[in-house]
Amino acid sequence: MPQATEAASKRRGKAKAPSLSREELLRAYRDMLLIRRFEEKAGQLYGMGLIGGFCHLYIGQEAVVVGMQMCLKPGDQVITSYRDHGHMLATGMEARGVMAELTGRIGGYSKGKGGSMHMFSREKGFYGGHGIVGAQVSLGNGLAFANWYRQDGRVAVTYFGEGASNQGQVFESLNLAALFKLPCIFIIENNKYGMGTSVDRASASRDLSQNGAPWGIPGEQVNGMDVASVREAGERAVAHCRAGKGPYLLEMKTYRYRGHSMSDPAKYRTREEVQKMRETSDCIETARKALLDGFGVTEADLKVIDDEVKAIVQDSADFAQESPEPPESELMTDILVEVG
Amino acid sequence: MGAVILMPALSPTMTEGKLARWLKKAGDSVKSGEVIAEIETDKATMEVEAVDEGVLTSILVPEGTENVAVNTAIAELDGGAGNAKAAPAPVAAPAPVAAAPASVPAAPRAATPEKDWGPTKTITVREALRDAMAAEMRADADVFLIGEEVAQYQGAYKISQGLLEEFGPRRVMDMPITEHGFTGMAVGAAFTGLKPIVEFMTFNFSMQAIDQIINSAAKTLYMSGGQLGCPIVFRGPNGAASRVAAQHSQCYASWYAHCPGLKVVAPWSAADAKGLLRAAIRDPNPVIVLENEILYGQSFECPTADDFVLDIGKAKVEREGSDVTIVAFSTMVGMAMQAAEKLAEQGISAEVINLRSIRPLDTETIAASVRKTNRLVTLEEGWPFAGIGAEVAMQIMETAFDHLDAPPVRVTGVDVPMPYAANLEKLALPRLEQVVEAARSVTYRR
Repeated sequence: MPQATEAASKRRGKAKAPSLSREELLRAYRDMLLIRRFEEKAGQLYGMGLIGGFCHLYIGQEAVVVGMQMCLKPGDQVITSYRDHGHMLATGMEARGVMAELTGRIGGYSKGKGGSMHMFSREKGFYGGHGIVGAQVSLGNGLAFANWYRQDGRVAVTYFGEGASNQGQVFESLNLAALFKLPCIFIIENNKYGMGTSVDRASASRDLSQNGAPWGIPGEQVNGMDVASVREAGERAVAHCRAGKGPYLLEMKTYRYRGHSMSDPAKYRTREEVQKMRETSDCIETARKALLDGFGVTEADLKVIDDEVKAIVQDSADFAQESPEPPESELMTDILVEVG
Repeated sequence: MGAVILMPALSPTMTEGKLARWLKKAGDSVKSGEVIAEIETDKATMEVEAVDEGVLTSILVPEGTENVAVNTAIAELDGGAGNAKAAPAPVAAPAPVAAAPASVPAAPRAATPEKDWGPTKTITVREALRDAMAAEMRADADVFLIGEEVAQYQGAYKISQGLLEEFGPRRVMDMPITEHGFTGMAVGAAFTGLKPIVEFMTFNFSMQAIDQIINSAAKTLYMSGGQLGCPIVFRGPNGAASRVAAQHSQCYASWYAHCPGLKVVAPWSAADAKGLLRAAIRDPNPVIVLENEILYGQSFECPTADDFVLDIGKAKVEREGSDVTIVAFSTMVGMAMQAAEKLAEQGISAEVINLRSIRPLDTETIAASVRKTNRLVTLEEGWPFAGIGAEVAMQIMETAFDHLDAPPVRVTGVDVPMPYAANLEKLALPRLEQVVEAARSVTYRR
């Protein structure tokens, strides 16, 4: 994605490539790898019939959530759509609880009652996990509104795809956030395809980062395949919000390697297109190369991380199969909060 | 020949107002479009413009007069420019409000509240709603009110009068006309533990936001395995107002009551309004409060106790009787009470149940009544198909079938979009004589 990098650099008026420290990059590498391996395992379990329904994998887009999460503090909130496993892991939710939710077991974050698209952790600031395209954008405004109301200095990060960016309530939310100067960071994860419809066929806007421009919301295009670029832009957005200047919008140019969901054969793009992205722009490979070439990290060091990640994912898969299904008594709980 | 200027109706539901000020005096000449007087209603102060030209020959209602009924002659105009026809009232739309079909006068309360809350005071439903919000906002800093025109305008129907002044712009916030966006925003805020009150100018506009109400507010607790509740209130006028046609006259009771994860209440009296809205704000769940525009200006006795609150999920027997049970909610409770009066004259003793809460439904109170009267009539403004009456009747089939001496009868709005024409609108809404007839039919007196 050299083009996007250039565009972002131009906007900032400097040419220096964004960078992370050795420790930061090692951490980012580990977190991105965890998401990648987790999603690959989820794909396998889906194929084995252990995961049902909709399952939207995040493979390819890992740099976006990992880079953004590096900018946040405990107490900040994150909300996204149904392609959400990566966001959960990035906020620090446990792989076990996420995978067990995917298999519909009592050990899952929602006791098996939410599934892939509906998990939450108030403790980690993760507010879902929403299945209606675009709905999370209004809800994310509400998280930011709460921060504004309480004046607690927190920011809310609202993720949505370029497909969702055409929903009416997204524009309503941009207006509201700007009107009330809400501390809300809008992240458009532009992976080029809303299911099978390419962004060119769905949006007349040729630069989604400017979709907030009518309301004066600053926006940037970011190379979403590069974790350092994401982090750098994210820091600017977070600083803007924390300073009480209102919302900020980042369009992350990214790419998903898998289909929209497990049942999508992805006939709308060529195998070559996917292959090219994987070979030239993969966020994990980029980080790996930077660690090996620039920071004196050895293959053996990376192997330790790979093994740790593999162990976490295997453990989550084992747990997700051992954890029992919710007892039948769970059918009728959690409908309403009981009033004492 | 002079023309008579009549007291104009300045809103679809206005029945009377105060003639606040004359800007012209007898003998003045008046041009078409000129402001001649100011009229105050319980909602707003409005200017009255002259329609015709002429000389104001006499003022029939002096300024400062309160409770001037719509269509009362307030002044006489000597037709200038040869205009001798009887000029209608100044304002373009002379709404025959006095004859508004849905305008059911508040019947005196026949039964005392279940719990004795001590002294009462006569207040309007409008005041009761405002007092409920103010009390809860004083008690809990997490409670705030958002909606269109709720702050500076003091509420499109003046429900939030004075709240901006008392609580400030952070807690009483005007929203742009963006129901989907601001409803989702409020739901998101509620996920963090804040307690928003969302006013819809009318529930018709809640359809813009119904995805957020059902898919986000109602379902998230379940989808999160009990982690993420949504303490929020959605309130506003519901049902038919008067002469506002199909898109603005609709009952949402059955729409929202259909959904698990929501509570739905529908107050009739001022005590209902205050007690139920306070309970709704305190409730940790999403609660839909279906108010009624025509009831806003009606007065009832309401307990003055600081801690007065009602239980959501409990119906109230408004009037005891032994021959037939009439179940109603919201403004139709008033009609049911009138029907009970008429029936009493005919020797039929009707018990009137004010549901207060649609979901949860107090089936036990209805069933206990039916076990006594053995007959059931349901009454609602909404459409019959899959309506509240259908549900009440089915619940009674399931719980008290053996006690029924006649098939239950529904009195409902007619299964059509609401017409505008006065005569057709009247036909589309439940009428008193239909309720009386229904009660007679289930008691085999017809």
